[in-house]
Amino acid sequence: MTGSLLSIENLSIGFTGLNDQPIFIVRDVNLTLAAGETLGLVGESGCGKSSLLLAMMGYYKQGLGRLRGGIAYDGQDPGLVSSQQLQALRGGGMALIPQNAGQALTPTLRIKAQMVEVLRLHSDLAPGAWHARCLALFERVKLPDPEEMLERYPHELSGGQQQRVAIAMALAGEPDLLLLDEPTTGLDVTTQVGVLSLLQEICRDLNTAMVYVSHDIQVISQVCNQIAIMYAGEIVEMGPRADLLNQPVHPYTQGLLASIPRLDQQTLPHPIAGEMLQPVHRGSNVGCGYAGRCALATDQCREIAPLAQPIADRWVKCHEVTAARAGEFIRPAQKLLAPNLSDSELLAVEDLSVRYQAPTWLQSLRGQQPPAIVRAVSFGIRKGEIKGLVGESGSGKSTILKTIAGLQPSLSGRITLSGTDDLAGPVESRPRRCLRKVQLVFQNPDASLNPRKTTGEILRRPLELYFDLGPGVMDEEVDALLQRVNLPESYKGRFPGQLSGGEKQRVAIARALAAKPELILCDEITSALDVSVQAAILKLLLDLRADSGVSLLFVSHDLAVVETLCDSVLVLEGGEVREAGSCAEVFKNPQHAYTQALLASVL
Amino acid sequence: MSSAPAMLKGVMATRSGKIGVVLVGFHLLLALMSPWLVPYDFAAQTALVDHAGPSLAHWAGLDTLGRDVLTRTMLGGREALLVTIFGTGLAVVWGSFFGVLAGYLGGRIDELIMRSVDIFLAIPWMIFLLLVIASFGNAPIVMILTLGFFYGIGVVRMARAATLEVVVKDYVLAAKARGESPLSIMMTEILPNVRDVLMVESAMRWSWMLLAFSALSFLGFGVTPPTPDWGLMIANSRIYLALAPWPVLMPMIALSSLIIGINLTADALAKSLGVDKTTRALV
Repeated sequence: MTGSLLSIENLSIGFTGLNDQPIFIVRDVNLTLAAGETLGLVGESGCGKSSLLLAMMGYYKQGLGRLRGGIAYDGQDPGLVSSQQLQALRGGGMALIPQNAGQALTPTLRIKAQMVEVLRLHSDLAPGAWHARCLALFERVKLPDPEEMLERYPHELSGGQQQRVAIAMALAGEPDLLLLDEPTTGLDVTTQVGVLSLLQEICRDLNTAMVYVSHDIQVISQVCNQIAIMYAGEIVEMGPRADLLNQPVHPYTQGLLASIPRLDQQTLPHPIAGEMLQPVHRGSNVGCGYAGRCALATDQCREIAPLAQPIADRWVKCHEVTAARAGEFIRPAQKLLAPNLSDSELLAVEDLSVRYQAPTWLQSLRGQQPPAIVRAVSFGIRKGEIKGLVGESGSGKSTILKTIAGLQPSLSGRITLSGTDDLAGPVESRPRRCLRKVQLVFQNPDASLNPRKTTGEILRRPLELYFDLGPGVMDEEVDALLQRVNLPESYKGRFPGQLSGGEKQRVAIARALAAKPELILCDEITSALDVSVQAAILKLLLDLRADSGVSLLFVSHDLAVVETLCDSVLVLEGGEVREAGSCAEVFKNPQHAYTQALLASVL
Repeated sequence: MSSAPAMLKGVMATRSGKIGVVLVGFHLLLALMSPWLVPYDFAAQTALVDHAGPSLAHWAGLDTLGRDVLTRTMLGGREALLVTIFGTGLAVVWGSFFGVLAGYLGGRIDELIMRSVDIFLAIPWMIFLLLVIASFGNAPIVMILTLGFFYGIGVVRMARAATLEVVVKDYVLAAKARGESPLSIMMTEILPNVRDVLMVESAMRWSWMLLAFSALSFLGFGVTPPTPDWGLMIANSRIYLALAPWPVLMPMIALSSLIIGINLTADALAKSLGVDKTTRALV
């Protein structure tokens, strides 16, 4: 196609497996990008979006290569040019902004040295003009006090500032195309908003084209005009932003959009059944990659790969477009009204303060105290209540959770369970009956299950510890637990490494349930999961509460998730409570400036 | 995750691993069977023909005292293997016990254990060993205990380092929050997850200990003559190296092939278990 800056035709990336079978990580991707255009690539983890992005720069992760198809950037194929030309292309013609800028910057070099290196390689400026150019770039990305920033080391910058430096470095070579790999994923929501608006501005003012990769379609829709949805290595739907968001056609796009929790929604996020088959496991199986999870899948879908068919301005890879457009297969459930909670308080936290370090002898000599992470926090949880704890990183929300679990000693304050049990002490000092009542589920399911134990062994352990059961009853209990978290009984013999992320998190929840707890502490338990899987876990938690009346303390940075799940919410900033109340009140009518800022940052 | 047969399979998957297993297996078999296989009595002297080269009667020739070199080489690894196998076992057991303890408990106990380790590491072990042997003799049990003790010191450090990586994992935290006893956490949550590192480490320690034992024998502290031993054979015959190389070459080949075999096996094991040997940590 003429006039296009980047065009990719039938590109497949992967490796050759046993018996010379090609294994695709990315398959049959077609796309074109005109100068100044912005394209967002959306997909779940492992769908091949980063591999595709890197291939645009002519780079393949170790072991991967181009199996077929072509890439043309400005008429040149980055896979065929000489290494000198490629070096000029990377950083000059196109520039990559990585996910974690903090790790992409060299920790031992001052920012200035790193900026100058880029200018030396990718600009024609005389060395005398480098300093001024650095300052201009830093002003461009709105870094405060550019002079001083240049003299700092990367660790002296905040996460948002590091990302801005990375953007400035990418802009140094005046690229025509910016490649962004989840550049805001590790940032707090309020910081993310700033970075996104900066990117928008840059595209508008400099007419730079952009390919933006993210798992978060809401982030993409802030920045990009064109959106491509990737699933299991393929682009399944691609078109202009408004069309795609308002009238998604592909069943996966529809499912993805329906699974996102939103603040103003009256319905529950609707999970997509199952989890994505990783491109590696698809092997050379033809047929639609989504067929296994699709409600509309027919035999044709399972056997024949759908071809791209145009619909107005976009195209879709689906056999069942008519049925999909009818859109009858997703019926989100209405949000449940909060149950009538009894007034009996299950957990009372009064005046809790926590700090990590004890004062050093020098500090105690001077009468100084190291700063507390949590300061004078008080709240209560009623029986059957789901309480949200929101705040940005460093607000002390996980610390509060760990203190209640007895893993972090408190400085002062009282924690009481059911009015009588004292939970202020460390876990070693608590009687077993107290331990049983409070269970903890962690953020990262990969780290919270012992990789050397089977699911059955993991679930049996709390039963052995807290209850005196016969061996027959024990097995029945384990089966019942798996059933409660919607896993088949056959999973008993599996090791965590044989489970997907969502399945691992279900096992972790089942382990907590095994103790028949009264309170489950949930530490960001859905943030490591894909959004379509997250919706299923949220639904599971609501069901469990309805069944057993267990209370949850749910820590999250995601306000929409909290609004979907929780009855009441506590907003934390810098270890102090800024606002507390029922979810409806706090989210509809936030009183504190910080809560308002947080809500304004939700995309 | 992997059982012993699975581990062997993993090792055998690489070519160097295969060579290693064959070499180690050959030596172990030889050590077990050699008393019934050797052609001559190890102490029998053939009068007047000392330093004879290889002949049909004596394939590897005769040594200074006219004893059959092949016989002595075949028997020469028995005590070395006995001492080092049990010594390595002892080193790994006590070393990993204290290493995991220090890594898990942390604080004062960690300080106490690790500073003691530092003190022992500062002592030149060879001299200390000679002292022990001079006082208690060189019976295999003495050798096993002293070598096992000294080689366990390094294991403590390594097991502690591996434990520190596992302790911070959420499943250990979950076990603590559940109210598990420290012993149960160490045995069921930590030990299975540092086992791979320990396996590779013990294979490496075994080869080092073999060298150390041979060095002791070379110095005359390992085994008592006339019991054949590789280190001792080298020591006794080295002055005649130019005249009669066989009595030195044979034990050298035997010792090197065993150590190369162990190292190849350890490398292959590390590779198949995903343990990075340079950092001694799970990759």
